[in-house]
Amino acid sequence: MAADTATPAIEFRDVSFRVENTQVLSGFNLQVARGQTLVLLGRSGSGKTTTLKLVNRLVAPTSGEIRVNGKPNDGVEVTRLRRGIGYVIQDSGLFPHFTVEKNIGLVPKIEGWPQDRIQARIQELLHLVGLPPEISTRYPHQLSGGQRQRVGVARALAADPEILLMDEPFGALDPLTRDELQREFLLLQQRLHKTVVFVTHDLREALRIGSRIALMEAGKLVTVLTPQEFVKSSDPWAAAYVRAFGDGLDSAASRGVS
Amino acid sequence: MNVVRFMVENHAQVVDLTLEHLWLVGLSTVFAMLIGIPLGIAVAHRPRLNKPVLASANVIQTIPSLALFGFLLPVPWLGERSDRLAILALTLYALLPIIRNTYTGICGVDPAVIEAGRGMGLTESQLLFQVELPLAVSVILSGVRVAVVISVGLATIAAAIGAGGLGEFIFRGLAMVDNRVILAGAIPAAMLALLADIGVGWLEKGLRTR
Repeated sequence: MAADTATPAIEFRDVSFRVENTQVLSGFNLQVARGQTLVLLGRSGSGKTTTLKLVNRLVAPTSGEIRVNGKPNDGVEVTRLRRGIGYVIQDSGLFPHFTVEKNIGLVPKIEGWPQDRIQARIQELLHLVGLPPEISTRYPHQLSGGQRQRVGVARALAADPEILLMDEPFGALDPLTRDELQREFLLLQQRLHKTVVFVTHDLREALRIGSRIALMEAGKLVTVLTPQEFVKSSDPWAAAYVRAFGDGLDSAASRGVS
Repeated sequence: MNVVRFMVENHAQVVDLTLEHLWLVGLSTVFAMLIGIPLGIAVAHRPRLNKPVLASANVIQTIPSLALFGFLLPVPWLGERSDRLAILALTLYALLPIIRNTYTGICGVDPAVIEAGRGMGLTESQLLFQVELPLAVSVILSGVRVAVVISVGLATIAAAIGAGGLGEFIFRGLAMVDNRVILAGAIPAAMLALLADIGVGWLEKGLRTR
């Protein structure tokens, strides 16, 4: 598993994807280094989510290749691949008929972990995402949106994957909760150093949490920049984004975990 | 009151015919579930099968029951014993509500939940047994409930081909123009339908997962 650090954790090589007559993605090349948080930024329909799903093969490319840890991701059994990649989606996608602990413990369970190790891991993860232990016996509908999303993150981390895919995970939250979760995400990432691919259309969020920002438009990668570069960029698309979001972005780009 | 006296006097036969009735309904429901639930799942997963399967089940439903019993009578192995024939016919009638509800139940599972499960690395069968079926179970059972209630009623007609059941009283009463005898079959049949409805409903509530 632990390929040398020079190998990118995720690599897209000339990937294109089309559904019927719509070209969703074309000529897509991108590398995500180990331990980095790469944000895919773009408007709706720009192909961000598809890009994300190509990594864990929820979507297969029409042409090109996606490498995970240096190996083509269609060379391994798909369930194996996916269990090594955490996946968090907007409405958390928690199983409504499972309690919090069953949700978090599902992948470890089907991976055959012993019960006491699963229990210990659940407690550890709840603590990690800032949830009280007594929440473990509740059902998803008994939680707030922010709590559900925290459980979603905990569930994705359960089997300790090296890679985390997050599809607008904080998109449906109110601004205060979103701010809180973004801050916690940064703290978490300082400790765990996962390779994260994070989809958003919110530039502020991108600047705050990304190590690099990949800007997408109409199925193409426009540019990849650090947050500091992004706010000063002369690229017309990047500049348009910066204009649309207005003042105060410089401070967001300085990534204070205040 | 006459009915009650008649039933008490013939209680052995009332019990026998009720048990026979239960046997016809029970066995055919089990068969219909064994066929209908997998078919409903297949239809939900492959939308192209949707129309032909549901249409066939619909067509079966439109055949008058007496005609269906008649049609099946000359079939070699079936015709030998009328209870076989009755069970087959009742199974066919019970298919539609079970297939349809299984299909509806599985399709009603939030696609985000399915995708999250698939993204986590669940296999298709783990998705089915751990996610889709548990979430669809109450809808599926309400289909079973409808099927059982229909079957209890239809099974009375099975007596016309000699398959037994509470219909025997009803047909005999009709022939004798004796309301007491008709009611001795109709009342227990109605009670069976009610009890089955309550029973499956109770099971449904017990298994509801939210």
